[in-house]
Amino acid sequence: MSIEKIWVVVEIADGNPISSSLELLTQARAMAGTVEALSWGPDAAKAAGEVGSFGATTLYDVGDIGDALPGVPVAAAVKALVEAGNRPDVILIPTTYDGRDIAGRLSAMLDLPVITNVVGLSEEGDEVRSEHGLFGGAKVAVARFTAQRPWIFVVRAKSFAAEASGGGAADVMPAPVPELGATNAAKIDARHVEEQSGPKLDEADVVVSGGRGLGSAENYAMIEELAKLLKGAAGASRAIVDAGWVPYSHQVGQTGKTVKPTLYIACGISGATQHLVGMKGSKNIVAINKDQDAPIFSVADLGIVGDVHKVVPKLIEALKARG
Amino acid sequence: MNVVVCVKQIPDPAAPQALDPDTKTLVREGKLILDDSDAYGVEMGLQLAEQAGGGEVTLVSMAPGGETSGLRTALAMGAAKAILVSDDALKGSDALATAKVLAKAVERAQPDLVIAATESTDGYTGTTPVQMAELLGMPSVTFAKKVAVSDGTVRVERQTEAGYDDVECPLPAVVTVTAGVVEPRYPSFKGIMAAKSKPVDQLTVADLGIDAGQVGLGGAGQEVTQVADAEARAGGEIVVDEGDAHEQVVRFLEQLKLV
Repeated sequence: MSIEKIWVVVEIADGNPISSSLELLTQARAMAGTVEALSWGPDAAKAAGEVGSFGATTLYDVGDIGDALPGVPVAAAVKALVEAGNRPDVILIPTTYDGRDIAGRLSAMLDLPVITNVVGLSEEGDEVRSEHGLFGGAKVAVARFTAQRPWIFVVRAKSFAAEASGGGAADVMPAPVPELGATNAAKIDARHVEEQSGPKLDEADVVVSGGRGLGSAENYAMIEELAKLLKGAAGASRAIVDAGWVPYSHQVGQTGKTVKPTLYIACGISGATQHLVGMKGSKNIVAINKDQDAPIFSVADLGIVGDVHKVVPKLIEALKARG
Repeated sequence: MNVVVCVKQIPDPAAPQALDPDTKTLVREGKLILDDSDAYGVEMGLQLAEQAGGGEVTLVSMAPGGETSGLRTALAMGAAKAILVSDDALKGSDALATAKVLAKAVERAQPDLVIAATESTDGYTGTTPVQMAELLGMPSVTFAKKVAVSDGTVRVERQTEAGYDDVECPLPAVVTVTAGVVEPRYPSFKGIMAAKSKPVDQLTVADLGIDAGQVGLGGAGQEVTQVADAEARAGGEIVVDEGDAHEQVVRFLEQLKLV
């Protein structure tokens, strides 16, 4: 049985489909004849034009879910479609906070497994093979489902390039949420947007990250200063996020954001597998670390064996002097 | 308030990791330790039970070979007891099968609140707690960076792409915590001694009423077909700082036309 139909879960932020969802629509188009999108929220139907231009012919609109967390209602709406006989071969979900919730709920509801942390997908005969980075990306594993369809894959951001196909607007079809019980009881009381100056971490052209080698939370200020001078974003290793020096939203790595900037500068970061997974795809990497055996140097285009407390302030001064 | 904290015992991440050549699953032999990510959940559970002025923390874990090393660490921190599911039939279980096992074990403890990490350090599938919540018929709030409980309701600051949401959820519920949500305490000497005699209820798949064919490698609905070395990134230039290495960085930035 070949791959005929793929559904892509399209998450909407600030009124528009997020780029990870557009990446998945692009990849779905390369793998199946029919690509359909599923989305939710008050702006879902408005995305029909954009998902259509990325190849979706139908947009299933779950509707406004109010103040509920998306995991349960969106998964329940998908389940209702599937049980009504509308079975896709594959369901692609972006690796986001809500995407992971939807995938987990849907897997248990359908009693079907889920494959997560996907960084590549290919069709091989009647099967889909997924690629995964192992041990910090030193190895690549290929996985496949042996269970029945639909096969649910949760795919990391930037695994594919998003390219529009120029299709017309998708037909909007309602995908109502069935009656739900206690599982849907979590409600959002208030939403807080943390003010951020400069570009977003996962969209910035330059990312400057700090790690344990900074020695203390106060020294993160020089990471932010350097990032600002280069019109980039400030990132962090898991070690200093766990230590409470910087918020989780700055974390680059397996547990945090995947970044692929033109330039990544790692300051005082040893390069644990956890971190490498999230930044190895950067086009150029500069590492500054006092331990010359640090694994970060194995991926660096330019490695400086030195003390971040000396090198980074001098770098900042030199850049300021240039104006 | 009774809290269950799901904890994973994993091979020491600092030690070299290996894959089983046949099953291509992670080798989980020898001594296992408490996953660092779970220490935050244990600490959160202990604090919430203390604040509620009663109740205890029960650990739930699934591990091969009756492994309790990691559980003893969490018991030494202050958890009261543990339920350990250990069965050869579980080797190679996928996330959904793991969730089925954990859900059955959690049900035994009849908790008001279930806490887990957002994902494990070794497998990092990241879906098990939510799959388990669905099987338990409970709501879930993931990626909690702050957790408080009062009047039968858990209030969570949940991490989002843009910042965070205040989320309210009636108990019982499953909450997954991010690292850094609290500062895990170090087990005291007294705690370590006491942990040796705390009860660990060891169960098999059959004890939980689960069909062995549903779990393990045979019950897994997915498999790894191949593992290969990734394309190596060509090594770059390494410079030892003699006081002027920052100039090299500036030249590199110039080449990239970033300055």
